[in-house]
Amino acid sequence: MALVRCQDLQKSFVKGRETVEVLDGINLEIQQGDFLALMGPSGSGKTTLLNLIGGLDHPSAGAVEVGGVPLNEMSARQLAKWRAENIGFVFQFYNLLPVLSAQRNVELPLLLTPLSSRQRKANAATALKIVGLEDRAKHKPGELSGGQQQRVAIARAIVADPTLLVCDEPTGDLDRETADEILSLLEVLNQEHGKTIIMVTHDPKAAERAAQVLRMDKGRLAQEAA
Amino acid sequence: MSKLGLLWANLFRRRTRTLLTLLSLLVAMLLFILLRTISLVFTDGSGFSPASVDRLVVAAKYSIIDSLPISALQQIQAVEGVDAVTHAEWFGGVYQDGADFFPKFPVDPKAYFDLHPEFHIDPEQLQAFINTRSGAVAPKDMAEKYGWRIGDKIPIQGDIWGKRDGSRNWEFDLVGLYTGVDEDRSPGVLLLHYDYFDEAREYDSGTTGWFIVRLADGERAAEVANRIDQLFANSSDPTRTSTEAEQQRQFMQQIGDIELMMSGILGAVFFTILLLTGNTMAQSLRERVPELAVLKAVGFGDAAVAALVLGEAVLLCLLGGVLGAALALLVALVIGPGMEQAIGVFEVRATTVAAALGLSAALGLAVGAFPAFRARRLSIIEALRAV
Ligand SMILES: Nc1ncnc2c1ncn2[C@@H]1O[C@H](COP(=O)(O)OP(=O)(O)OP(=O)(O)O)[C@@H](O)[C@H]1O
Ligand SMILES: [Mg+2]
Repeated sequence: MALVRCQDLQKSFVKGRETVEVLDGINLEIQQGDFLALMGPSGSGKTTLLNLIGGLDHPSAGAVEVGGVPLNEMSARQLAKWRAENIGFVFQFYNLLPVLSAQRNVELPLLLTPLSSRQRKANAATALKIVGLEDRAKHKPGELSGGQQQRVAIARAIVADPTLLVCDEPTGDLDRETADEILSLLEVLNQEHGKTIIMVTHDPKAAERAAQVLRMDKGRLAQEAA
Repeated sequence: MSKLGLLWANLFRRRTRTLLTLLSLLVAMLLFILLRTISLVFTDGSGFSPASVDRLVVAAKYSIIDSLPISALQQIQAVEGVDAVTHAEWFGGVYQDGADFFPKFPVDPKAYFDLHPEFHIDPEQLQAFINTRSGAVAPKDMAEKYGWRIGDKIPIQGDIWGKRDGSRNWEFDLVGLYTGVDEDRSPGVLLLHYDYFDEAREYDSGTTGWFIVRLADGERAAEVANRIDQLFANSSDPTRTSTEAEQQRQFMQQIGDIELMMSGILGAVFFTILLLTGNTMAQSLRERVPELAVLKAVGFGDAAVAALVLGEAVLLCLLGGVLGAALALLVALVIGPGMEQAIGVFEVRATTVAAALGLSAALGLAVGAFPAFRARRLSIIEALRAV
């Protein structure tokens, strides 16, 4: 069974008197364990689609199901709880809390779980180890390089052990070499830890690392083989 | 890390800004506690001797500095409705280096204690006061404070009053101690023997500062006061007579003005703080929009994020309140003795501290409410797009 299933997904934004159609009937299935890259021109609706799959927003019409759960039927409160347990987010600009150390940033999502303080610490340490930053646990984001900050963000995304990682241009702000390291890390998470990954990217080299590439244009999908 | 740890960490995002805000909160709370402590002393009257409704005070009409002839005592005594009369005078004078001042009244010992049954003195000591022309009696707490014992000589440097022999060095023999109605209300006045004072002073002999009248019937105070003032209306020394209660009422009215002024000051201070802290909070929220969006993305609910923002404001204000209260208690320790000289008692009450902390928390809620509301409504996708 597919992990993610989108059926005739539509999304429009109302801006003043204008209504902008951003997604225009998306049909998509992503299998458990996939590593999928989403490409397309700026403004084609990639982020919007990712937000719907990640349960950050509601579709205007159509259905989106993740792990058999119909997201379009859930309330904002239910979605928040569901995201905490099922989705890991990685953003282009890392979006770490500058006042917290790397360790505490990673621990953040675990504050929503019933885990003990000691267990939370242990899990955060494990996640930092997976991304190769165990020696930077005490550093604040300001004391880390861009690549390191993105690793911390990835550690935060996986700490609650979600099935699906949603990454919006995770290497968009990094140089080639650092980008390759991040992509290798995502590969490891996909192949060794069994995470299903959807990654939006503008970088063809990044897309090559994925098992499958989807192209978007003007709110529609055009599938092509990897 | 706990949720409280998250709150705490956020507070120190901008150290200087937090510190400045804390400082202004601290000063406001310090002011609040000290001013409130002072105004409480006045409003509940804990600093004063109780007024008696059945006593009148007869003073010179135009200025309390003017004196009245002692011979007026007989005339007042004869007024219908007057039960008893005595007199007192302002001595002024400096004890030791003059660092703390206390009033000293030359009085007629027997009559003065007779008219003030609220003052207690051992009968033998009163007799000694009556018999000793250079005698003085002190409030018990005053004697303790200066380490006086019965039999000691108390030197006073005259400022208003010099002596007939040209010297200004007065000396009084402490012959007794007296107390007020209860322990905390010291009468606060060193009483001297009028006869000795009158005989030794270089000018104005045969006068006194004011008369104290006991009414036969407390209900008829106005009537008797009128009669006394009419008696002297056309003399060279016209009088103004009022009840002790009336005098205190007038005084209280001034206190009322002081209270209004204090409320004004505090109001202005808190309004400023409200704007200042409110601005800090609004600024801090603006900077944090993407962070709050991420918190929501990873699963923090709208209410949890709002609570985080509100909690931060309350924590900041409470912290300022606690520091301010601590400083106020410290300051009270330092200025307490001086204030007690001036207004009788000066004690920071637990209820005042509690009120300050309550006010701090309320301030936190007030400045945090709007940012919290905005944080609650913050849309994740809008906020992330804004990055
Ligand atoms: N919240 C919103 N309100 C109004 N319009 C929006 C909103 N979000 C997206 N849009 C519009 O939808 C379209 C698609 O936006 P989206 O961010 O999904 O594009 P994208 O493919 O991710 O682009 P990029 O590669 O630049 O990130 C754009 O025209 C954008 O202006
Ligand atoms: Mg995008």
